[in-house]
Amino acid sequence: MRFDLPDTPPGAEALRAELRAFLAEAGRAWTPEIRARSWMGFDRDFSREVGARGWIGMTWPKAYGGHERSGLERVVVLEEMLAAGAPVGAHWIGDRQSGPLILRLGTEEQRRRILPGIARGELAFCIGLSEPDAGSDLANLRTKAERVPGGWKLNGRKIWTTFAHKSDYMIALVRTSPAPEGGSRHAGLSQFLVDLRLSGISIRPIRDLAGADSFNEVTFDDVMLKEDDLVGAEGAGWAQATSELAFERSGPDRYLSSYPALSLGLDALAANPVPGAEVTVGRMVARLSALRGMSLSVGGMLERGEDPAVEAALVKDVGNVFEQALPEHLRGLLDPEDSPAELRALLAALTQLTPTFSLRGGTREILRGIIARDLGLR
Amino acid sequence: MNELRGILVEQVERLVADAGGVAPLREVEAGGFPQALWDGLSEQGLALALVPEEAGGVGLSWGDAAALWQVLGQHGAPVPMAETMLGAALLSAAGVEVPDGVLALGEKGAPFGRHATNAVKLDGARLTLHAVEGATPGANIGREPRDDLTLAPRSAAGILPNSHGPRALRLGLALIRAAQIAGAMERILALAVDWANTRKQFGRPIGKFQAVQQQLAAMAGEVAAVQVAVSNAARAVDARGLAEAAFEIGCAKVVAGEAATFGAATAHQVFAAIGITEDHELHHFTRRLWAWREEGGTDRAWAAEIGKLALARGGANLWPDLTARDA
Ligand SMILES: Cc1cc2nc3c(=O)[nH]c(=O)nc-3n(C[C@H](O)[C@H](O)[C@H](O)COP(=O)(O)OP(=O)(O)OC[C@H]3O[C@@H](n4cnc5c(N)ncnc54)[C@H](O)[C@@H]3O)c2cc1C
Repeated sequence: MRFDLPDTPPGAEALRAELRAFLAEAGRAWTPEIRARSWMGFDRDFSREVGARGWIGMTWPKAYGGHERSGLERVVVLEEMLAAGAPVGAHWIGDRQSGPLILRLGTEEQRRRILPGIARGELAFCIGLSEPDAGSDLANLRTKAERVPGGWKLNGRKIWTTFAHKSDYMIALVRTSPAPEGGSRHAGLSQFLVDLRLSGISIRPIRDLAGADSFNEVTFDDVMLKEDDLVGAEGAGWAQATSELAFERSGPDRYLSSYPALSLGLDALAANPVPGAEVTVGRMVARLSALRGMSLSVGGMLERGEDPAVEAALVKDVGNVFEQALPEHLRGLLDPEDSPAELRALLAALTQLTPTFSLRGGTREILRGIIARDLGLR
Repeated sequence: MNELRGILVEQVERLVADAGGVAPLREVEAGGFPQALWDGLSEQGLALALVPEEAGGVGLSWGDAAALWQVLGQHGAPVPMAETMLGAALLSAAGVEVPDGVLALGEKGAPFGRHATNAVKLDGARLTLHAVEGATPGANIGREPRDDLTLAPRSAAGILPNSHGPRALRLGLALIRAAQIAGAMERILALAVDWANTRKQFGRPIGKFQAVQQQLAAMAGEVAAVQVAVSNAARAVDARGLAEAAFEIGCAKVVAGEAATFGAATAHQVFAAIGITEDHELHHFTRRLWAWREEGGTDRAWAAEIGKLALARGGANLWPDLTARDA
């Protein structure tokens, strides 16, 4: 494990200033609930505006609608969006993992068909990994694609698929050949680009405990996929999907989920001073600063083409602990009666979201298992 | 990591590793001084490492120095080399010639003060150098010498530049202790992992139990956090001097203090009874972690300072202030 802080990319300050001006304007319309959800919030109009400004697919080649900027400039954009609590869910997955996957392993046709739409903020993606009997034990998945003349026939069921009901495409990990007898269950899995308008797909929203429709059950009933809907190599799906995870796990979305509450909380505490509050506040700010350094370090490694899978798991684990503790720290300091309505609403929304932080993208126990393996314990 | 830093880290690593494991730690606890280790490190020019080349030093960056302090912390190296490096850096910055030998920082509870020939004091921005005339011995719970000194009238004086400012000694010491904590945390994690793979209960190594794995994985997260916080702080000192790096140094000391608390508790849980014994090496590191939390400002004190600043600046400024400090 190693973390080296990268240098700030040139032009970062100007880029931040541009983003802050944009977000201040756009943010006028956001309720506390929207800010609390941030990347779990879906707003196609907003994503289109972000795309029009060149802030999606920033690192991709211009030929595919990208902007050929550095990965660290992209991190500046992500940080600013999350610190503002922007509803970025409609383009987040495409920008963070589906687009990069297609760019890296997709066919030329797939790149031309898909990437420009993601970069414009027009194509929304969802992640088709989990199934009813394949949660942490992802390799136990049963959804399968069989070869048929002209393509593949897809059958099975995905669950907990965030925003499937609002998305255009899913990248699905499915079985394309049986696991070899006595061999690795990781063999025989493949990834597909699934157009969610195809017939045979039914999407049932699952209401979450906060009363929102954010995730879904997606059923495939003899869905016909074309030959070139396969992404990457047949049978290499496991390795492909797990290499995406360093991108998924290390970003600022793994420690900033509760940030908007800290910002409002500081103002509430300044207005209604609580003796000793500065110690708790200082501890939160110090953690925030360290986590930002950790996440930026992994960003630098990804930029250099390294594979920081373990470092990413460390960022997510330490980050999730922080973003879960943050609302509770504020709760310990502020009386609801003395808090402004906006902060109360934000904390109410966040409280209902916090359990998800250490579940989505791999549970705390699974991440710590990955870290333990790296330590030489497994 | 740059080349020079890599070479120096390797040399220092070899010197402290060859010093005989916990033997020098026991020697210091019994009132001695590991002269050979001190001399070996001095011969590398370490004492003047932070003094610019044009002033006769090595001209290391604070980032390089922090990497060395982590190595010293990893071995609990019982010599005041980090303190002497800081004292020399400040003397040189104030235009005072750096004397040979151990430098004590301050006169109350001075680290290894009884072994020092000179002490450095800071009053406002005025830095003074004094010969040490006598020492009333004391110790922290790491059993490291922390002595009250009797000092001769100043033999030299100078004014520290604003970039280091009137709190330079406390800031420097906070960075040193945070870096040593980062090193010692790495050490106790390695010890605990090793033990978990060795000690068998219920017919298998205890490291095969998920409950143990999960605790050690959480500890690895703290090791990473404190290392990053220390690098960030050292980098800020390189960019802006000690005074303007107070925020990053404070953050590093807060995270280091929290990490030390969690790390020491976790390591002892994994070692159980054997780790409580005087004969076992673990306590040399956990006692130092507990002691170093308290020196150069506790995590509570630094958190209060950072928190006050954040509250005064207001919520809207927190994020912009944080990103504006990027080096
Ligand atoms: C808000 C939200 C959004 C999500 N979005 C998506 C999405 O878009 N796409 C998608 O594919 N999935 C999504 N998921 C699913 C998520 O990836 C799974 O919830 C997660 O992988 C855990 O699976 P599970 O819920 O079945 O829990 P289980 O695997 O049943 O785990 C239950 C508990 O047992 C523990 N456990 C399981 N195995 C082990 C083990 N080997 N060792 C120790 N402990 C273990 C777990 O850590 C957990 O605490 C989402 C989940 C949430 C909460």
